Amino acid sequence: MSYDVQKVRDDFPVLAEVINGKPLVYLDSANSSQKPVAVINAMADFMSHEYSPTNRSAYHMAAHATDLYEGARTKVAKFINAPHAHEVVFTKNATESLNLVARAWGSANLNKGDVVLLTHMEHHANIVPWQMMAAERGFSIRWVPLTSDGLLDLSDLDTLLTGAKAFSFTAMSNVLGTINPVGELVAAAHKHGAIAIVDGCQSVPHMPTDVQAWDADFLAFSSHKMVGPTGIGMLWGREALLDAMPPFLGGGNMIADVKLEGFTCAELPAKYEAGTQPIIEAIGLGAAVDYLTGIGMQNIRQHEIEITQYALDSLTHRFGDDIVIHGSRDVSVRGATLSFAYKDVHPHDVSQVLDQTNVCVRAGHHCAKPLMRLLGSNATVRASLYLYNTNQEVDALCDALSAAGDFFTL
Amino acid sequence: MPGLEDLYREIILDHYKSPRNRGSLEPPAVRAEGHNPLCGDEIEVFITVEDDKVSDIKISGQGCSISQSSASMMSAAIKGKPIADVRALISRFKHMMSIEEGEVPDTSAPLGDLEALQGVVKFPVRIKCAILSWNTLAEALDIAGE
Repeated sequence: MSYDVQKVRDDFPVLAEVINGKPLVYLDSANSSQKPVAVINAMADFMSHEYSPTNRSAYHMAAHATDLYEGARTKVAKFINAPHAHEVVFTKNATESLNLVARAWGSANLNKGDVVLLTHMEHHANIVPWQMMAAERGFSIRWVPLTSDGLLDLSDLDTLLTGAKAFSFTAMSNVLGTINPVGELVAAAHKHGAIAIVDGCQSVPHMPTDVQAWDADFLAFSSHKMVGPTGIGMLWGREALLDAMPPFLGGGNMIADVKLEGFTCAELPAKYEAGTQPIIEAIGLGAAVDYLTGIGMQNIRQHEIEITQYALDSLTHRFGDDIVIHGSRDVSVRGATLSFAYKDVHPHDVSQVLDQTNVCVRAGHHCAKPLMRLLGSNATVRASLYLYNTNQEVDALCDALSAAGDFFTL
Repeated sequence: MPGLEDLYREIILDHYKSPRNRGSLEPPAVRAEGHNPLCGDEIEVFITVEDDKVSDIKISGQGCSISQSSASMMSAAIKGKPIADVRALISRFKHMMSIEEGEVPDTSAPLGDLEALQGVVKFPVRIKCAILSWNTLAEALDIAGE
């Protein structure tokens, strides 16, 4: 059965919005995705008919809400092929998930003289938590460099991993679109006795994920980039690692007992879920997982391969040397995130002109300033496509770019 | 919806394409650096202060047409002016950008080309671009006064 993008679009009410007589062209899904009616309704229905806090009360509605909340966890676990649902911890977002690993695992395992390996294509969420911990604990950070076409340069990986205790890397770059060979990187880390932490923010929403096939140790990702609501993120970790780590945030729900002398932690996953949780958001996330699963992650990946190829061809054909697209041209190793420089027009000005025709792109440093410096710019335009985007929208981007070029020709 | 011509007035594009007072100054000139964390724009302002006047100013850095033209116009407007007048102009400009509350400051100093940036107020996201060089200039004046 062929992929019916129009049918998918019909599931997303916001895509039918018309602003100043022109349709919305939403090309900013790497930043945050739009939401299908299934997610909107799941959250609204829960609030309208079933809302109750979880875990703490004996009445029927509370038990039901707890079942729904835990049901969402089970769905997420299945979605990434985690061995156990209790290995999935709900957080505020992927940034918090990475902070959780850096702080909780790091405080038990990283000391002066130790090494954490990162890459030059990480976004700030997978850089700053490690820098914060390094300043406290005195370990050092090494970086995997990039090749000229925006892939990880793995030629010295063994040297870089020598003595490393952790290798934390993105599965897909939020700027270059590069899809990294996760299984290969995990195996290299393990060969050197390092744990492998995967940042799945950009990959999990767009392609099948299997943490067991990867043999990874941790995976951080967020709901709002995978058609779910904001306010909830996820950390999957191996049971043994999560059990051995100290807790992250302290408070209610994460304790087994509290005495004046101290506390004992709850079992997983409650150990890492202090305070009242984002219950409504978890239920929305569960609906998002069902929605994506219903369409099929492999089908979504295939659609994105096709639209990425169309976008690469269109942009190159229309603008030739006037456009510099960062990252690989090979759609088998890249996702549908396209960062580019257009003529000498500053990305902010490009996006301003694009906004006149409701073409929504991100302009800026994409929370990846070290990478931007390596690319030799302080900003790019980024168009990022998802399951609901069409070739016609790529055409609208090209038309709007032409207009920006006419306006700003120096 | 305000049109592009409200934002990109001709004089703005002129300053963007031919920025005035580009470059740097060696010490004892004062240097201040400004960043727009939202979009990555960076600016460096160099000033020489002599006899309570900004006798020279140079601007470096990269950014969008609004941030660059605002910096260029600012440099042309304040070069050679007494510090008190420069501070008054900073205040007046911020007021025009709707980010300074209170009474309208002294309006005797002419805004000149800077008036063209008034349209930026209709594009709230871009106010930070327009104001970047002015905040950086204020910081340079503070350093010079130490």
